[in-house]
Amino acid sequence: MERMIVSMQDPDMGIKMRNQRLLITVIPHAMTGNDIVEWLIQKYGISEEESLHLGNLIVKHGYIYPLKDPRSLVLRADESPYRFQTPYFWTSTKWPATELDYGRCHRATGTDTGCHPFAATLSATASLAAIYLAKKNIRKQGDLIEHEKDNYNLLHKRINHTWDFVVMQAREQLRAAKQRRKGDRIVIDCQEQAYWLVNRPPPGAPNVLEQGPERRNCHTTRVQLTKNMDYYKREIEYCRKAMARTRVKSSICLEGYIKFNEQYVPHDPIMSGCLPSNPWITDDTTYWAMNAPTVTIPTKLRVERWGFNFSELINDPLGRTQLLEFLKKEFSAENLSFWEACEELRYGEQSRISEIVDSIYQQFLAPGATRWVNIDSKTMERTLEGIKTPHRYVMDDAQMHIYMLMKKVGEGGAGQRRAGQDPDVSAGPGLLPTVPQVGPLQEPAGRGHHSPGDQEAVRAGAEPWGPPGVVPAGSDPVLPAGSSPSCASSGIPAPARPCCCPRAMPRRGAGALPPPPCPRRRAESPPALRERPDPAHSPAAGPCRQ
Amino acid sequence: MDQTFLAIVFGPCDKCSKEKPLRPVSVKSEQRSYCSLCVEMMATEGLHENETLASLKSEAESLKGKLEEERAKLHDVELHQVAERVEALGQFVMKTRRTLKGHGNKVLCMDWCKDKRRIVSSSQDGKVIVWDSFTTNKEHAVTMPCTWVMACAYAPSGCAIACGGLDNKCSVYPLTFEKNENMAAKKKSVAMHTNYLSACSFTNSDMQILTASGDGTCALWDVESGQLLQSFHGHGADVLCLDLAPSETGNTFVSGGCDKKAMVWDMRSGQCVQSFETHDSDINSVRYYPSGDAFASGSDDATCRLYDLRADREVAIYSKESIIFGASSVDFSLSGRLLFAGYNDYTINVWDVLKGSRVSILFGHENRVSTLRVSPDGTAFCSGSWDHTLRIWA
Repeated sequence: MERMIVSMQDPDMGIKMRNQRLLITVIPHAMTGNDIVEWLIQKYGISEEESLHLGNLIVKHGYIYPLKDPRSLVLRADESPYRFQTPYFWTSTKWPATELDYGRCHRATGTDTGCHPFAATLSATASLAAIYLAKKNIRKQGDLIEHEKDNYNLLHKRINHTWDFVVMQAREQLRAAKQRRKGDRIVIDCQEQAYWLVNRPPPGAPNVLEQGPERRNCHTTRVQLTKNMDYYKREIEYCRKAMARTRVKSSICLEGYIKFNEQYVPHDPIMSGCLPSNPWITDDTTYWAMNAPTVTIPTKLRVERWGFNFSELINDPLGRTQLLEFLKKEFSAENLSFWEACEELRYGEQSRISEIVDSIYQQFLAPGATRWVNIDSKTMERTLEGIKTPHRYVMDDAQMHIYMLMKKVGEGGAGQRRAGQDPDVSAGPGLLPTVPQVGPLQEPAGRGHHSPGDQEAVRAGAEPWGPPGVVPAGSDPVLPAGSSPSCASSGIPAPARPCCCPRAMPRRGAGALPPPPCPRRRAESPPALRERPDPAHSPAAGPCRQ
Repeated sequence: MDQTFLAIVFGPCDKCSKEKPLRPVSVKSEQRSYCSLCVEMMATEGLHENETLASLKSEAESLKGKLEEERAKLHDVELHQVAERVEALGQFVMKTRRTLKGHGNKVLCMDWCKDKRRIVSSSQDGKVIVWDSFTTNKEHAVTMPCTWVMACAYAPSGCAIACGGLDNKCSVYPLTFEKNENMAAKKKSVAMHTNYLSACSFTNSDMQILTASGDGTCALWDVESGQLLQSFHGHGADVLCLDLAPSETGNTFVSGGCDKKAMVWDMRSGQCVQSFETHDSDINSVRYYPSGDAFASGSDDATCRLYDLRADREVAIYSKESIIFGASSVDFSLSGRLLFAGYNDYTINVWDVLKGSRVSILFGHENRVSTLRVSPDGTAFCSGSWDHTLRIWA
């Protein structure tokens, strides 16, 4: 903030200061509230609202003080006069508790009183606060504001032994002040007033100087002492390892963000809105009901998301159910169960580790186990060896192997649809007017942050009662564009012909698609274990059960 | 001719115990008597140690320099350049949709429940409140025995919350819907640190908690037994924040601290796998990009930065000359296109992550914004402030 203040006072580029009028008095080197706001707008290219906000903060922190109505540290964007606070009074100027000589006192008031030094036990701020309040007290003949009175009495108690001296000081300063011009007197008074408002805020007023609990950062001596040999040895070790690491070119990494952005922006409610409406805006919770974890029919957008990458599918309870159904058809459902059991091990209670490991072994790994999983021999060997000393991560290798297996299978079959190649979306606007919508077709225009590219996305989301969406695009599109009322075109999932459902899970190998571009190297971590989909739920292969 | 004689004492050396002429030496501000041989050895040892320390320091520094060179070699393009072909964002309007009043003091932390509407929030006066933020009803409340509850988290199941602060602990409270619920009675003390708790988060289940502390460490705990499963040492000062990676294998997390470093850890081994030090001040908040390939940080140096994990470098800085207060809390929108950051100047700035520009500034809070999280389904975000309120924006 101080840098900003300094640039504001720059003789060439800073705020133009003039004599300002305060009623009948002329105050030199002052500016109006308007000047401040305008300067901030010009200098930083910000809006008036932001400029006013920023200016207000500067005043609240005591770097600029008002001359009119000095009790209130507020920036008014009008002709009210303001001045820059003397650096002596800046909040960053730390007055050490022990520096209490009269020299300080001299500078603070600009008087030449030749006062004597204080007793060393007082803090500078306490003594100055005392003098300030004493002056006020004398001037106002005892009529101080409530909290000032309290502070005054408190200080009196604390520095009782030199109170006479405090009062003497106050009198001196008041007398010296009388000899000044009125303009200077007002300035000095406002300066002091502003300083004390910041440093001793009245009760109820926010204290801008308040910080959170003390942080022990790099600059404290304690930490510096530990920069010994061990510290540097560790640094060297870390640097060596880091040098050996493979890095990816920036262009490739950054390209990843662009792709991710393209895929996910249509799914981002804040960016693209959501249908029928954002519950927070309209108080209508339909959107949540439609997207509940275990809803019967998933929305089109949701299904589309399963197609982005395998982890989206497996981490969505409904998607996982689909996956399970698909695997059952391929007689490989034990893989998912194994994976889930491994997750339970990894994130489960410490006390149950041996028990879970044992149960996994019995069910999935033991020769002749009922649900034996097909892991390669090397991994199996390693795992069986590891089981002898069971720990939380003992199944990691096997789990990863099975996950990759499911991923390959999953990407060839269940739950895949290339985003952007959805035949229904590309059906063109002709299809859409016939679609009875659950909610408005588009988010209210007032929201205003749709870029043209979002139009597609909005339409994609406009068909909540979409088809099961488990048909890989490119293979026989079950719902050819512009065909008879299909799941996509009506809000009612009632196709004229047998639905895609039995065909929803193509045989392995069919629909030879390259896996969709997966910008995510690693997927989301799976949801809580208690969120496992209800196995008794949704026996059909797809949501279209008519 | 004058001659000055040195009085020599003869006796057992304090170091080698041999009977020899002794010389007075000062070891760690204590007076000792060593024989001349021991004195010489000590002098060379000290020299040797100083030399080693100095040489280690210079080696470390030169390696760091080389590492930076390596990192820079692969940096062939800037993010905003790549982002030129992305559509610019139009006018952006977000408003406060709910204001949650009920805390009697500064709100310090909040977290969402997976059900997308409930939240838990904690404040300076020790109160931890669970709200249904959609209806703004308070559903549970508990008063901690300490002040400055700087960390709180919702369990994935929605059945428990964790919180902690100046008590140096992280405690888990199960949530029930009994009529006369006495939450404090069922409290479970899980984590024990030697300084304040700054952040906590459940992993994928209710049974593990990851914590960050002012004692400079992070730690992974088993909730049921309170056992320390893994500790993470490496920060040179208070750790202020952490975030778990949304990765396929779910094995890493990032932490940020007062040493200006952001460090990525392997949860299994406890090792730091990557470290970034480009901020100029304390890092108050870290959050992963939704793909898991990067993370953002917010710092007292008034900037937010994006670090890519594969490129192993900082790839974007989000700053503006008019923003001079520290960023206390950051989070991404669901697609990662927007970065919401709460600042100590009472505002929330919304950044276009790809283009690096500020999209919007949100006013409303009357004191510092201390915490900010986007809801699990991305429909809104919640901000908590020292003005005692929480606001939901959408």
